[in-house]
Amino acid sequence: MAKNIQSLERAAAMLRLLAGGERRLGLSDIASSLGLAKGTAHGILRTLQAEGFVEQDALSGRYQLGAELLRLGNSYLDVHELRARALVWTDDLARSSGESVHLGVLHQGGVLVVHHVFRPDDSRQVLEVGAMQPLYSTALGKVLCAFDPVAHSDALEAERRPLTPHTVTLPERFEAELSAVREKGWASDVEETWQGVAAVAAPIRDRHGMAVGAIAATGATERICDPEGAGDRGDGGPGRIRTDLVAAVRDCARAVSRDIGNGRF
Amino acid sequence: MSDNTGTSSHGTGPFIAAIDQGTTSSRCIVFDRDGRIVAVDQKEHEQIFPKPGWVEHNAAEIWTNVQEVVAGAIEKAGITRDDVKAIGITNQRETTLLWDKNTGEPVHNAIVWQDTRTDALTRELGRNVGADRWRRETGLPLSTYFAGPKARWLLDNVEGLRERAERGDILFGTMDTWTIWNLTGGTNGGAHVTDVTNASRTMLMNLHTMEWDERICESMGVPSVMLPEIRSSAEVYGNAKGGALDGVPVASALGDQQAALFGQCCFTEGDAKSTYGTGTFMLMNTAGKPVNSYNGLLTTVGYRIGDEPVVYALEGSIAVTGALVQWMRDQMGLIKTAPEIETLASSVEDNGGAYFVPAFSGLFAPHWAPDARGVIAGLTGYVTKAHIARAVLEATAWQTREISDAMTKDSGVELTTLKVDGGMTANNLLMQTLADVLDSPVVRPLVAETTALGAAYAAGLAVGFWPDTDALRANWRRAAEWTPQMESGIRDREYKNWLKAVERTKGWLEDDGS
Repeated sequence: MAKNIQSLERAAAMLRLLAGGERRLGLSDIASSLGLAKGTAHGILRTLQAEGFVEQDALSGRYQLGAELLRLGNSYLDVHELRARALVWTDDLARSSGESVHLGVLHQGGVLVVHHVFRPDDSRQVLEVGAMQPLYSTALGKVLCAFDPVAHSDALEAERRPLTPHTVTLPERFEAELSAVREKGWASDVEETWQGVAAVAAPIRDRHGMAVGAIAATGATERICDPEGAGDRGDGGPGRIRTDLVAAVRDCARAVSRDIGNGRF
Repeated sequence: MSDNTGTSSHGTGPFIAAIDQGTTSSRCIVFDRDGRIVAVDQKEHEQIFPKPGWVEHNAAEIWTNVQEVVAGAIEKAGITRDDVKAIGITNQRETTLLWDKNTGEPVHNAIVWQDTRTDALTRELGRNVGADRWRRETGLPLSTYFAGPKARWLLDNVEGLRERAERGDILFGTMDTWTIWNLTGGTNGGAHVTDVTNASRTMLMNLHTMEWDERICESMGVPSVMLPEIRSSAEVYGNAKGGALDGVPVASALGDQQAALFGQCCFTEGDAKSTYGTGTFMLMNTAGKPVNSYNGLLTTVGYRIGDEPVVYALEGSIAVTGALVQWMRDQMGLIKTAPEIETLASSVEDNGGAYFVPAFSGLFAPHWAPDARGVIAGLTGYVTKAHIARAVLEATAWQTREISDAMTKDSGVELTTLKVDGGMTANNLLMQTLADVLDSPVVRPLVAETTALGAAYAAGLAVGFWPDTDALRANWRRAAEWTPQMESGIRDREYKNWLKAVERTKGWLEDDGS
């Protein structure tokens, strides 16, 4: 078995010590409790302090657990919170694009649909909240794979079954496509998951820049794609994704990102 | 699949401006012909609490805010008054103001609908008959909410006011009346009018004649000389004088819940909408019939378009819905944010046998049990916080079912579809549960701002911007629909359990407030 890193073990012991019983401890208490030289203990404490895991009381000079530890435990974004924040923006996207809108997150190697707004026409549609979509072929999934390393490795490990003649299954082509997605900031799916259906998606980023979900507008290929010019799909496809639609989807994803605390947009 | 809602309509005129004078803020929303939002501006006003149970607003502050948000929304939309075909008004209902018609100065802060200062007065007005003394004429029980008793309180408590009122120097109004009077010129010839929906919440209007009831006004001690003229909900009351929309017709007024009914396009008998916020208001269109309620609902005016026949509605309210989720977050600390209730509730399959009846301040329709207090029934060692979270969501669904049942009993009309709006519609599990316990589809429209939209629709009809309600219906878009999936055997068993839990809340208070 590989040898563990001693300074990390010592740092963990310090955090445990500060978490138990008496909350604030002086440097000599900590050093003697853990059998360390004062200088060694101080070095570790200073590093932990710089990372925000430990705070030093200005008056007494004693140490206590820092706010960053709390934040670590709470940083998981609740998907229902995400839906509540996205509601008005996704309604607006459905209105302006005339297409159905989905919000998806990574879940058990696939895309879990957590929110769905119907295409605003009079047709009968079924609510798809709770449904799973493939990670490797949908616009939502490709966005997650491109911007979330966990989704990326999930997709690489999974079998990429062809769902239509256009599904990208070869690893090199899949990777090339994800690079392109990273480059342009959005992904498309032109009949790669469902025949006759195309979609465009963009990432929702939290305040750390993490891609916590994706928003897609989905509809019939002839409406999503502009028949003029070369296609976005590798094989030349049925035409380019409409640029106004790309802009609308990206605006929507940015608005939701801002709403969950990402100030960069 | 048609594509008639493309991006092209956005930003091209003409438009309708809706003013939503609400309890916590005033807003102005500009809508285009498709009913899409073009611009919004909003400003909050101060909540004044002079004593426990008293709530007031500064009406002068509200009028200033209304002018600012109108100007703000027009600017944000990047349009001019020439692009705006009409102004619609919707407002917090029942909030009452008296002002001097010569100076335009309010004689007192507005008394807000939640204010309970008329508690003793309304009991006194009930005399030996009780709360239902004027229910046949007005559709309402005597309660602190309604405007008539609030006006009486002001006349009794502001020195010299009754004399001034009897001389004809004082005007009465709810917030629609105050807004329209000021918009159309105020002391310089402002129109002193109210619409049938707002008038129906005063307890002073006769529901059958749509006129002030002289006998009730006299018994209530409110001189009819100060009352506004009762008009329909959709007609031109006058043109705006001055301000950002100078010259634009002021063409609709609807109380907020009625405006939501209108914005949800509930134009046919049996159409119903429910707004899920802190509390919940459900209204059902009963067409030309003012249906008497024997199940504790209110009979109210839904709307009236110009000279067309009056459309009535039944109304039921639930005091605690979203407030129960907030209680779980703030008082119990079981969740960090309101939407997390769904995460917690979804972690289990059912309620584990637990039922939560949030009768925090008694039970409203159809029980009307002020002596009831909250209960969590059916607890065993098996029940976890996730089961309680589930029971919290089910409480909102079952309370809606009880109101819907009462509406069916009173009107003889079965609910076909429930149209929902409000913040809690973001909760997918709640909406599914609602469809399951109602055994009817639940639909969410694409525009969340149904209240302002309703006011815009009514104003647009009045000036011919939209030809008829069919054109409005064509604008209505379904954003989501939940269909019932619960087996009827389970539904019946769960309803029975819920009603058993409700019984256990009753009679908790032994006498007055102990």
